[in-house]
Amino acid sequence: MIVKIKNLTKKFYIGGSFFTALDNISLEIKNGEFLGLVGASGSGKTTLLNIIGGLDSPTSGEISVLNQFMNTTSHTERALIRRKNMGFIFQSYNLLPVYSVYENVELPLILNNIDKKSRRQKVLEAIDAVGLSDKINSRPNQLSGGQCQRTAIARAIVHKPALVLADEPTANLDSENSHLIMEIMKKLNTNYNTSFIFATHDEKIMGYLKRMIHIEDGKIFKDEKIKL
Amino acid sequence: MFNFLYKGLIRDRSRSFFPVIIITLIVTIIIFFSGFLNGVYNSLFLNTALVNSGHVKIVTFLYNEEHQLLPNDFALLDIDKKISDLEKKYDDYFWTPRITFAGLLDVPDDNGETKSQSPTIGLGIDFLSNDSEQFKIWDLKNKLVNGRLIDKSNEILISQELSNRLNLKENEIVTFIGSTMYGGFTTFNFIVSGIFDLNIGPIAKDMILVDLKGARVALDMDNAASEIFGYDKELLFNNDKTVELRNNFNFENQNSLDEFRPIMLALRDSNQMGTLVDFSDAIILIILTVFLIVVTLVLWNMGIMSGLRRYGEIGMRLAIGETKNHVFKSMILESIIIGTLGSFFGTILGISITRYFENIGIDYSKGIDSLSSSNFAMPNVFYPQVTSELFYIGFIPGILATVLGTMLAGRAIYKREMSQLFKELEV
Ligand SMILES: Nc1ncnc2c1ncn2[C@@H]1O[C@H](COP(=O)(O)OP(=O)(O)OP(=O)(O)O)[C@@H](O)[C@H]1O
Ligand SMILES: [Mg+2]
Repeated sequence: MIVKIKNLTKKFYIGGSFFTALDNISLEIKNGEFLGLVGASGSGKTTLLNIIGGLDSPTSGEISVLNQFMNTTSHTERALIRRKNMGFIFQSYNLLPVYSVYENVELPLILNNIDKKSRRQKVLEAIDAVGLSDKINSRPNQLSGGQCQRTAIARAIVHKPALVLADEPTANLDSENSHLIMEIMKKLNTNYNTSFIFATHDEKIMGYLKRMIHIEDGKIFKDEKIKL
Repeated sequence: MFNFLYKGLIRDRSRSFFPVIIITLIVTIIIFFSGFLNGVYNSLFLNTALVNSGHVKIVTFLYNEEHQLLPNDFALLDIDKKISDLEKKYDDYFWTPRITFAGLLDVPDDNGETKSQSPTIGLGIDFLSNDSEQFKIWDLKNKLVNGRLIDKSNEILISQELSNRLNLKENEIVTFIGSTMYGGFTTFNFIVSGIFDLNIGPIAKDMILVDLKGARVALDMDNAASEIFGYDKELLFNNDKTVELRNNFNFENQNSLDEFRPIMLALRDSNQMGTLVDFSDAIILIILTVFLIVVTLVLWNMGIMSGLRRYGEIGMRLAIGETKNHVFKSMILESIIIGTLGSFFGTILGISITRYFENIGIDYSKGIDSLSSSNFAMPNVFYPQVTSELFYIGFIPGILATVLGTMLAGRAIYKREMSQLFKELEV
């Protein structure tokens, strides 16, 4: 079991009252899943994804990720879990503009204290997996949106994490690029058994998902397994 | 990781080049500004120190009691020994005897009859002994209007006002009429070698400068002097230092009842100089403090802005598993590098500029033309001065302000939930 959530609630304090963004959610995600949190804007997808990634903490309820009980882990322990076993993909890529594709992808390995030689091999492998071998030395401002997002995917998987969290990864991409990156992630999912959790309301993504969790107003109203 | 940060710093000009330039400029300005204030401060008091008081001076107890009368009958005796003792004991200072005397100057015509006459104040200064630096300290070469410096002990320099009044030219003979240190009548013939203008206003109006030896002969003051002046070896006036020296010196003689015992006076002890010294100290302190506060605010703001711009990067780095402490430390490390580089270049630049003006000076004469009639010994040209404090007065605030600014901006990393950092980058 890669994620285990029980009676999770998240409330935000705004303007003198509480707003319930996630309402009593319970959910289990197994190793190797290719899963989407699907729902309208404002339904709570990002909030749930952030809590799974340890970037935010729940108001109440229990959550374990990668066999760690997240309610009691410290900030530093959560950072360590992310560094070793998670990858993040953002809607707005979040590449560092002054670094090349190679260096952007290299960063998680540097944080993990991997030596330079094996770093090189892993970075090249990850860049190859997203088909950007000819752009290794380009800077983000010399890349198209699709190429930027592929760089971000390479950065998310370069250290072979068990779990990748992707928040609207296709929102800024055209249809062709969206399909391209979904194919890439599907292949990584099959080849390395990496689990993917998407937050999305993009129809194009949904065809690839093996499981869809529909969220509305902070509640799960449908958990749909898709037979391929 | 250091390599990684370093690459980013070098490549991102808005993160390195521009902040370094700004810090360099600010540090340069701080340094030049303090050097300039140093110069103003020192030249303000140097004239007084040269003419009246030294940075410190030693006189006999009785001389001090009646100093307005220039009472050479209470002069210090056995000067050579006193000076060599002082040089041993207080070697931050150099010590030089001074005879200050008053009398009449009489200009004879070809028949020996009086052509013109004026009261005069004479300063007997040790110009001619071997290692004397007095010409240099007085900067007399540049203050000569006519003629040449003295090179014999019966030659004198005479102020421009006095020479006009007496209608005297160089190489003419004048007779000094006065009294010896024992109260006897004396006349002595001096040759005018040159005419000076010290640019210090009315105190120079009756002034003649005489070699110490000449004054001793004229006044029968063998191995005696009215006063012994002490100057900081670098000619930098430091009020606290002189006061401490004066207190130490006088403490040793506190139980003596000898009326000829030597006592020390600091520059601030002469006529109303104390108020002026305190006033100047306070002004300089206020100006520098205000300046440093402004600079810190500017640098702090710079830190905040670059911090805001980088929330996206910070959020991403936290997401991929850097700890908040690590991100914060790396920001501080960056600011230390930037602050050190900027402060380093700024210090070099600031000191070079100050050094340049230290030699050529900044001419104020037009600006203070309107003040030229006042009684205050105001110099026309200010020479900024490089002192040891210039090496840290810009450097330390340069680094501190940069680091402090980054720390304040970096608090945001701790204050916000991580997910919040992303929000700020998206909007
Ligand atoms: N930091 C916050 N403070 C207050 N309210 C918040 C905060 N973050 C999210 N919310 C609220 O919680 C609800 C869920 O937000 P969330 O970002 O999870 O939606 P989403 O499903 O990801 O939407 P979208 O598809 O537009 O990204 C929204 O109504 C939002 O206004
Ligand atoms: Mg969202």
